[in-house]
Amino acid sequence: MNERKPGLLETILVHTVLVAAVAYALYPVLWVVTLALSKTGGTEARVLPLPRGAEDLTLDNFRLVTGVGDPEKGWLFARQLVNSLVVSCATALTAVAIATPAAYALARFDFVGKRTGLRGMLLTQMFPGVASAVPLYLILDALHLLDTRSGLVLVYAATAVPFAIFQLRGAFLAIPVDLEEAAMVDGATRVQAFLKVALPAARPAIAVTALFAFMSAWNEFILAATLLGRESAFTLPVVLQSYVGEYSTQWGAFAAGAVLVSVPVMALFYVAQRQLLSGLTAGGVKG
Amino acid sequence: MERSRAGRALHALLAVLAIVATILFAPACSEPPRGVVLWHPYRGGEEAALKKVVARFEAERGVKVTTLAVPYEAYLSKLEAAIPRGNGPDVFIGPHNRLGEYLLHKLVAPVGDALPDEDVPAYEPVTVDAVTHEGVRWAVPLASKCVALYWDTRLLSEPPRTLEELAAKKGALGAGVWPLAYESHSAYYHAALLHAYGGALFDGGFAMIGPAAERSLEKARELVTSGAAPDEASGDLLKTLFSTGKVAAVISGPWLAADLSDDLPYAVAPLPEIEGVGRMRPFLTVDGAFLSPDGAKREDARALARALGSSESARERAETGKQVVATRAYWARADGERPAADDRHAALLRAFRDASADAIPMPVSTAMNPVWVPAEQAIRKVLRGDATPKDALAEAKARYDDVMRPPPPSPSPAPLVIMIGLGLLAAAVAIVRRVRAPGFRRELEASKPAYKYVAHAAITIFVLVVLPLLAGAVTSFFAGTRDDPRFVGLANYVDILTARGKPLLSHGSFYLTLLVTVAWTVVNVTLHVAIGLALGVALARPMLRLRAVYRVLLILPWAVPSYVTALAWKGMFHRQFGAINALLATLGVEPISWFSKFSTAFTANVATNVWLGFPFMMVVVMGALTSIPKDVLEAAEVDGATRWQAFRLVTLPLLKPTLLPAVVLGSVWTFNMFNVVFLVSGGEPDGTTDILVSEAYRWAFARNSQFGYAAAYAVIIFGLLAIMSRVLGRVGGGEAKEAAS
Repeated sequence: MNERKPGLLETILVHTVLVAAVAYALYPVLWVVTLALSKTGGTEARVLPLPRGAEDLTLDNFRLVTGVGDPEKGWLFARQLVNSLVVSCATALTAVAIATPAAYALARFDFVGKRTGLRGMLLTQMFPGVASAVPLYLILDALHLLDTRSGLVLVYAATAVPFAIFQLRGAFLAIPVDLEEAAMVDGATRVQAFLKVALPAARPAIAVTALFAFMSAWNEFILAATLLGRESAFTLPVVLQSYVGEYSTQWGAFAAGAVLVSVPVMALFYVAQRQLLSGLTAGGVKG
Repeated sequence: MERSRAGRALHALLAVLAIVATILFAPACSEPPRGVVLWHPYRGGEEAALKKVVARFEAERGVKVTTLAVPYEAYLSKLEAAIPRGNGPDVFIGPHNRLGEYLLHKLVAPVGDALPDEDVPAYEPVTVDAVTHEGVRWAVPLASKCVALYWDTRLLSEPPRTLEELAAKKGALGAGVWPLAYESHSAYYHAALLHAYGGALFDGGFAMIGPAAERSLEKARELVTSGAAPDEASGDLLKTLFSTGKVAAVISGPWLAADLSDDLPYAVAPLPEIEGVGRMRPFLTVDGAFLSPDGAKREDARALARALGSSESARERAETGKQVVATRAYWARADGERPAADDRHAALLRAFRDASADAIPMPVSTAMNPVWVPAEQAIRKVLRGDATPKDALAEAKARYDDVMRPPPPSPSPAPLVIMIGLGLLAAAVAIVRRVRAPGFRRELEASKPAYKYVAHAAITIFVLVVLPLLAGAVTSFFAGTRDDPRFVGLANYVDILTARGKPLLSHGSFYLTLLVTVAWTVVNVTLHVAIGLALGVALARPMLRLRAVYRVLLILPWAVPSYVTALAWKGMFHRQFGAINALLATLGVEPISWFSKFSTAFTANVATNVWLGFPFMMVVVMGALTSIPKDVLEAAEVDGATRWQAFRLVTLPLLKPTLLPAVVLGSVWTFNMFNVVFLVSGGEPDGTTDILVSEAYRWAFARNSQFGYAAAYAVIIFGLLAIMSRVLGRVGGGEAKEAAS
């Protein structure tokens, strides 16, 4: 698409920067992986996060976390993995579903209370939620949503919505209005213009927003542990957190769990990125 | 092409939706008939043992018992939320030293006939003492936890009798082998030394003061400076050092045994004596079975609590759960049997039982809670050589007394009422003027379609975000705990904004912390945006090889749960064993004691937080870049713009609408990002790297649960950020205002 072919020097420079960034991103994660695979633990004055030797390598931590060899525990782990996936996907979908129309209205319409609403939404992000678990518990109890995954999804989605609205509103503002106007001149209703023209054009931003909502649900444990009442309904972060005790933490198991938990996210991102982040809008905007 | 792809995507989406919906709504609500509910914080062997005990109880009594393992970090808040609402457990297992908090929040009832007088002699006396408070027994004691001395049988021929004897082994053990390791920075571990000298942490107030406390600190410093023990030892480090034969003895609790491999040759002995002073005496905590107020009324629940302490249960918990059980019958029988196969395990438990006989039960009062942080700050200061024991302890006591200062007397509510009234009046006037403005009715009419788009978002945010925050804001006018609030009007605010009557920039004052927080936010956000932008743009280059691989690897920091990576970072900054110092050593740089100076500790926090945060900014940039029409950039190139000019004049302005909200919200989140500070530097040195929100957390959780004070902090933080964003909006001009207003 772009005519100018990048020079060799420039290519090398770009790759150097990217490799350096990857090294920065990867280095602590490799320590976590080493910790997960080690019998004796991680920290010791070493520069490279490599295992101490073949005899120190073990998969015991992974076996412990996933419950290999213990069908009941293994089954529970599988259920909790499914819970996590379901809750996180549902959070992403709910947050996007709630935020997209609102963001569109805030970008395209003028209405009474718009400025107040925008400001209020930003304000909600500024209040540090010190110990808001108990009030949320009361609200969900009143709504009869306590101990249900749908209640948890609603809470997660609600916390993700303000950011989602800001993000999507920015995206809608960046899309030229003429496209929708042209569609409406051709006889489309406002809703059709929104669904058929603006929405596809904003797809990358929607993807980012969904990923963000997914991640916020994927790693949360305090609310999940507080609002859910049965072990079979728990999400994985809650299970991981239970390796942290008052006096000691089973770091090996925790690290193994952390590695397992991040694999689906990476896979999801790998699969989704081509679809979601490679210039779909360019085509859409050109119409 | 476009259409069919969209169609497929839509189908996939619908399929996912359907699956999600079935799982979310299908079996979630099928509640079994309510039997007895038991909560516990156990995992692994302890949990397995408990399940067996419960299964036996169910079979014998014909009652259904539902157990739930709740992670330690969420335990108290879950109890506190659930029990008053009648959703809580009937019986719950927890450490006895939390009793003060349980009582405060009305989570427990006396244990009654679950531990009748005739049962008392069946338990170790020290454990019964621990669960008895003001003459009432509050739990059935199950197991005790205290520290003892693990010693390596390859390096030592017999357990050391005195600490000095052990320390003198330095050099004789081989290169790089320490005689002793313990978590010297922790007040819990230091307490054993302190008790040897006849000192105490708590006697109703801060008690770590005077000659005994000073001598204990001198001893601790001597251990570290003489090279007898490594500095800044964390639990994970102890395990590694002991497993790899780098230390002859470590002080730790029964929990360490679970992490050690079976072929490691070690034994456990009670803590050694200090020459000419006395035996080191650790703190003792006792896990007990508590009854909630509802549970105490139910015979089945009381029977379960009693059965948990029985000798059959004790045997299971000792043998499967490796607990140091409180039931004497188990020990009497074990003394008789001496099973050969499990000898080492039995010897280990016995050593801990012996150690517990000499241990000092942890105080129950909630006033003990605020002791830890100042005590640890003093210990660390002395170990670093920053202060004499006397000065450090005097300062710690002053800090404790300041935190525990009684709340101000209830003032007249007049100033508050007037302020709120004025605020409401101003709002009402604004609304009325708006409504009476010409054309308002028409505008409102014209707004109707828009409301259909925003209504559900507004309702969701109001109910699940705004309401809990309002509830928090209201508590800021109260002092004391959540269950026993006392109206104090604006006193909390006055206190914070006047730096509690001390000089404005004194240690831990609001203003000093504010400066640190602003620096923290500016540095972090700048680096997040710069790195995110650079990587986002680099990844968007045409014809880039390995693009997909780079993208996936670069979001790793976001994908791995931050709790574990933050602690990996902390480990990397360790002075003696950290990878960063090892890296510096290969470059010929002297090792840095990262957490002993503000500048280096702050750097460590920033390095971690930038690492955690840049992938998010990168993804936002990547998303935003794809919405920039390619032809615009091409046009710029045709016009002869250089790359840099094209970026600055075309790309950047086009990125602005999507990037700006991310930057504004990123600043707000960084301002309130307490996790990293808490997990990496923990406020070290001496609380100087704490940011405002960590201060709020300390008031809520580490300082006698003063939620009102914490809420006042939260409201002030909120106000500051609100002002900041308005100012930023003005400065940033039109578009910034659009995004921020």
